[in-house]
Amino acid sequence: MSRQTFRVNTGGGTPAALVLEDGSVFRGLGYGATGRTFGEVVFCTGMTGYQETLTDPSYHKQIVVQTAPQIGNTGWNDEDDESSRIWVAGYAVRDPARVPSNWRSARSLETELERRGVVGIAQLDTRTLTRHIREHGAMRAGVFSGAEVGTTEQMLARVAESPAMTGADLAGEVTTAEPYVVRPDGPVRYRVAAVDMGIKSNTPRMMARRGIEVHVLPATATLDEVLAVEPHGVFLSNGPGDPATTTHVTELTRHVLQRQVPLFGICFGNQILGRALGLGTYKMRYGHRGMNIPVMDTATRRIAITAQNHGFALEGEPGARFDSPYGAATVSHYCPNDGTVEGVRCLDVPAFSVQYHPEAAAGPHDAAVLFDEFVSLMEGAS
Amino acid sequence: MPKRTDLSHVLVIGSGPIVIGQAAEFDYSGTQACRVLREEGLRVSLVNSNPATIMTDPEFADSTYIEPVTPEFLEQVIAAERPDALLATLGGQTALNAAVELDRSGVLDKYGVELIGADIEAIQRGEDRQKFKDIVRQAGGDVPRSAVCWTMDEVRDCVAELGLPVVIRPAFTMGGRGSGMAHTREDLERMAAYGLSESPVSEVLVEESVLGWKEYELELMRDHRDNVVVVCSIENVDAMGVHTGDSVTVAPSMTLTDREYQNMRDVGIDVLREVGVDTGGCNIQFAIHPETGRMVVIEMNPRVSRSSALASKATGFPIAKIAAKLAIGYSLDEIPNDITGETPASFEPTLDYVVVKVPRFAFEKFPGADPALTTTMKSVGEAMSVGRSFTEALGKALRSTETRALGFWTQPDPEGVTLADTLEALRTPHDGRLYTVERALRWGATIEQVCEASWIDPWFVDQIQSLVELREEITEAPVLDEALLLGAKRFGVSDRQIAALRPELAGEDGVRALRHRLGVRPVFKTVDTCAAEFAARTPYHYSAYESDPAAESEVIAQHDKPKALILGSGPNRIGQGIEFDYSCVHATLALREAGYETVMINCNPETVSTDYDTSDRLYFEPLTFEDVLEVVHAEQESGTLAAVIVQLGGQTPLSLSKRLADAGVPVVGTSPDAIHLAEERGAFGEVLEAAGLPAPKYGTATSFEGAQRIADDVGYPVLVRPSYVLGGRGMEIVYDAAHLASYISRATEVSPEYPVLVDRFLDDAIEIDVDALYDGEELYLGGVMEHIEEAGVHSGDSSCALPPITLGRADLERVRASTEAIAKGVGVRGLLNVQYALAGDVLYVLEANPRASRTAPFVSKATGVPLAKAAALIMTGSSVADLRASGVLRAWGDGGTLPADAPIAVKEAVLPFHRFRTPEGHGVDSLLGPEMKSTGEVMGVDAAFGMAFAKSQVAAYGPLPTSGTVFVSVANRDKRALIFPVKRLADLGFEVLATSGTAEVLRRNGVPCTVVRKYSTPEGEHPAAAADGSEEEAPNIVEIILDGGVDMIINTPYGNSGPRIDGYEIRTAAVSRDVPCITTVQGAGAAVHGIEASIRGDIGVQSLQRLQAAMAASAESAAAAAGVAAPAARGRQA
Repeated sequence: MSRQTFRVNTGGGTPAALVLEDGSVFRGLGYGATGRTFGEVVFCTGMTGYQETLTDPSYHKQIVVQTAPQIGNTGWNDEDDESSRIWVAGYAVRDPARVPSNWRSARSLETELERRGVVGIAQLDTRTLTRHIREHGAMRAGVFSGAEVGTTEQMLARVAESPAMTGADLAGEVTTAEPYVVRPDGPVRYRVAAVDMGIKSNTPRMMARRGIEVHVLPATATLDEVLAVEPHGVFLSNGPGDPATTTHVTELTRHVLQRQVPLFGICFGNQILGRALGLGTYKMRYGHRGMNIPVMDTATRRIAITAQNHGFALEGEPGARFDSPYGAATVSHYCPNDGTVEGVRCLDVPAFSVQYHPEAAAGPHDAAVLFDEFVSLMEGAS
Repeated sequence: MPKRTDLSHVLVIGSGPIVIGQAAEFDYSGTQACRVLREEGLRVSLVNSNPATIMTDPEFADSTYIEPVTPEFLEQVIAAERPDALLATLGGQTALNAAVELDRSGVLDKYGVELIGADIEAIQRGEDRQKFKDIVRQAGGDVPRSAVCWTMDEVRDCVAELGLPVVIRPAFTMGGRGSGMAHTREDLERMAAYGLSESPVSEVLVEESVLGWKEYELELMRDHRDNVVVVCSIENVDAMGVHTGDSVTVAPSMTLTDREYQNMRDVGIDVLREVGVDTGGCNIQFAIHPETGRMVVIEMNPRVSRSSALASKATGFPIAKIAAKLAIGYSLDEIPNDITGETPASFEPTLDYVVVKVPRFAFEKFPGADPALTTTMKSVGEAMSVGRSFTEALGKALRSTETRALGFWTQPDPEGVTLADTLEALRTPHDGRLYTVERALRWGATIEQVCEASWIDPWFVDQIQSLVELREEITEAPVLDEALLLGAKRFGVSDRQIAALRPELAGEDGVRALRHRLGVRPVFKTVDTCAAEFAARTPYHYSAYESDPAAESEVIAQHDKPKALILGSGPNRIGQGIEFDYSCVHATLALREAGYETVMINCNPETVSTDYDTSDRLYFEPLTFEDVLEVVHAEQESGTLAAVIVQLGGQTPLSLSKRLADAGVPVVGTSPDAIHLAEERGAFGEVLEAAGLPAPKYGTATSFEGAQRIADDVGYPVLVRPSYVLGGRGMEIVYDAAHLASYISRATEVSPEYPVLVDRFLDDAIEIDVDALYDGEELYLGGVMEHIEEAGVHSGDSSCALPPITLGRADLERVRASTEAIAKGVGVRGLLNVQYALAGDVLYVLEANPRASRTAPFVSKATGVPLAKAAALIMTGSSVADLRASGVLRAWGDGGTLPADAPIAVKEAVLPFHRFRTPEGHGVDSLLGPEMKSTGEVMGVDAAFGMAFAKSQVAAYGPLPTSGTVFVSVANRDKRALIFPVKRLADLGFEVLATSGTAEVLRRNGVPCTVVRKYSTPEGEHPAAAADGSEEEAPNIVEIILDGGVDMIINTPYGNSGPRIDGYEIRTAAVSRDVPCITTVQGAGAAVHGIEASIRGDIGVQSLQRLQAAMAASAESAAAAAGVAAPAARGRQA
């Protein structure tokens, strides 16, 4: 563990700026790789789990602002990555740790960011920035450090040239190139075809723990490729981007519903199922990104504290029943904070989905039982 | 499910007096509960013996009983009030134990009272250590290996298996009392024996040591629908082995990955469910091995705790308030989050700041007590701070504790200490250990060395290392530019610390001037439970320095109403406790009603004043000049700051008065110059002289000879007060020249730099305490208290009675005239406290304090007049006449003219001696003196003195004995005065034991008694043993006490000569056996009154509302009789 040279006063270090498309500028010091990067600026309120957050494919093309001020304290280990790389486009934190401390830590967060070429910024006022995003919405932004820091006009012009999140089809960019199989712990009880639109490592792991053999397929998988697995169930993963662009997977989902193969979707997968059922999606002002978000199950009236990461949501009213081409369905879950749809369930075909992350990582495990529910669904169907 | 409809009347139990381990946090939680229940339309009855609490204000409950929190008194209250339900989870271990006892004895069944918010079996599962361990295992958690033992043999067998060190934990004691770590065989024998005696069920747990493991706590809440949320995680900077109350702690946890944190959360929730906590809050403590990550569950509290108060203040999530709502049937999702107003309470707060809590100790008050920190809590208070980084919060917390070193570098390093010594010192946890860490690093220790010696996590050590590096930058920079100053401020460094490093900047004021010139000022952020995800409605602010030019301050402008800023009292400590918080809260309530927007500054997380809905705005900030000035600036920028109140929070804010006024801050009330007149002895002497009031003679000596001359001149005994204390007590009463010489050589140093004050001490005087209001024209005597102990015992430790029990009308008139003369001479506007000594018919003035006193809440409760509210209104321009007219003060008469049938209220101090041990494991001396040592107080109120005194004793120490054996050993000068009370005890059937000298006097006066051997009398020289010629050695008195052969002790001190050691051993034995031990003649007289009242068995309960209504009625009829119209009644009608 080598100590980073990190001058404590603001006179040292590499200057850096985070520039929003509305012209707001936040200044701090370079963190991680030096250079410039663009993406949608969003804030994440989780106090733990930066390693999982950074490696979550759903954060692809986003500049993540961590609201927790002390980041990097537990370093970086070789076990907690949620995918093969860091996906965030940029990282904004207030106070990075100089010395990581954890028995599993292998290196520092900053080393990892440098190694993976992730441009970050530290020591900016993350709270003022978060309040700004809350009031004005998630928007395009750029991080500039070292020689890339220019005049506000120059930096703003570059931000204006970067692509917007609405209409972005990103699933294709994060999905696996080749199918692969995750074997269950113990004997195979079920086979599941998981459509990877940005799946996290813990998702197949959670299923494997329940005796499921998980066939992870690229987002471009055809119905035939799915059926070739002879799946007991189909899983739709989380992922980045605008669900309105993912017409292929939505179409695939309709076929699965038609065939009444048990289906479970999370996050992006929830939006896909909803769209397949005829619901619309919209871009939220600043989304849900954190691990303290309550979700109410309208059937049991019980609350789960959930990990979430989404900037789009399904249209609908809590508890509402609606008709779909596949029979009746209901908005089964909602967020009491703002009434956002957090889950849908088909009443005539075996399919359900939630907007949050039962696999957590990072986040609380309250919703892990949903994987058991998926197993029951497959049990009922077989 | 919404609110239950079958409940209409709830009895809430408070926690009684402030003691170590159970402090103001339960006033905060209880007050919230009372507020919530009444808002929900329920009738609330309340029992709490502590008059200094907000919860016992008559307007917070429908029936308020200031009665002892014991099953006997609670049963009487239940019988009188017939509540439907009992809420006991917000009054600490005291309330919970009482509730368990009421359930066990069938009282709850008998009166059909339902225990809400708790389940007796769950409480027992949570508190019975063995059951709890089984439950943790069932829930899939891990625990330290251990065994429950009831005898010393079992303890020895168990340790043979586990090996040393082991932890000894007695069952059912509060704040870890009696628990500790045994490293050696000797430790084990001593500590296990003590633990067995401390546990009410003679049970100790002997446990595998997890010393040095990382320590965490989770605060959880559960509703009846089984929804569970984690409100807060807390990480202890001090590793396992230091009680969490004595540890520096930080929220949220700083050194856990998500996997470890979620594992802890899962286990916590599973344990909570398995234990079966019905609804409400609970606290679970964990330890994690720093290298292997093995996590074990240590313990849980199935109730609101000290940590819950901290977690509530740290997150903005009001645990006690929510717990009260859950108890009456709501679920978490049905309760709104007050701070956002839009989202429900069914979520987990997330923090975008760091909170640090630092404990405050009082070892200087207990010479001889072992200052090493262990698993027994020893701190008397705490300060919390909020910052945007750990170092910022740490810096603020250290300066909030108001110790001599207000943060690093402000005191010179100790001389003659090496790095090796410093590293060695780190091995024993001690008060201020982070200062030692900083010094070790600065002197060249590596982070690894410091971690190894202290078991503090490397991340925290590196944070301090970064401060060491910053210090070097500050010291070496050619000039302090904006960047460096801002950098230093971001790390929590105060102007004063910078001034200490850069002497050329002309002190703190110079640094501040430079900083302001460069535009380096803090922004104010908001504690909002959600890291800014939602807009906050509640202005709960903290300061932070941001280097980002975009940083915004969140203080909202408000120009409609004038603002009043109230400075709180900081961390609880001995001499400045919850009483001052009480007065501050009253000020905010009164001024809000008077049309001000009220603003509070304080840094004590235990208090009601730091509840976000007590004042209109709350700043959680240190009470230093720098921090207060920045808040003042922010408030002036955002509106009109009309008044700053420094008089109600005790000495802390009062000491800022002059500097604030000089800086142009609108300090209202008694002017800084007037404060100086009262506080500076010479100036005060002139005030007294001008008014023709006598004071004891005194002088200031700068040499030993000088002290001798003054003592000869004023006459012995003298009270000697050094300005520099080497160790040992700060002041002492000295009876002769030899004693003076020995005291000065032993305890202090006299030099022109460190002068010594020598006062004539008035032996056998009655001490009188007065709280009064003055508006410049009229004096309102709030209350006159007569001390039960003679002058010489600190007024805070003395018990007292109101109305005064032996003073006549003429005495009271003299007190009134003198108080008025002082108020006028000093120039008081607001509250004034004066202490008098009545000796030989002369009323001497001892001292005057132009501020709210410790007794203000007691007087307010006893007389039914809100003195602190009145003071706040007088400070902002009302007159006594206005307040009489508006009904705040009595329309006619005052606290000096209470009706003849007014009940007697007795205040008794509660002392923490049993919490302390010497390093060798002996008790510490319980002798009272001029240094205050009590942590809290209780009030007993009844129609006559004996009953009121008896109640006060029950509430403070447990019941006085009504039969059994009393041991008497008194100084020669007290023998005459004690004959009568001891005779009375003998007549009541007590067996009397006495030492030979005392026995002789008693026998001659016809009091039968048995002579016992003194502790210091060599064996075989015992007169009784010699007389009956028996071979067997009679036990000495200390052995008899330790064997439980004595039910009460009357032992007055002998001065400082040989027999003193006897007194010390007797009193410490009494402390360890919890035997009532009376150390003054007057106390003995009062105790006899109380015992007689108890034997008669006519002690009932009465609510404060009824007592006050009766008193008001008497006063009104007295007024009518005197032909005075009652303007208060008119005011009310209008």
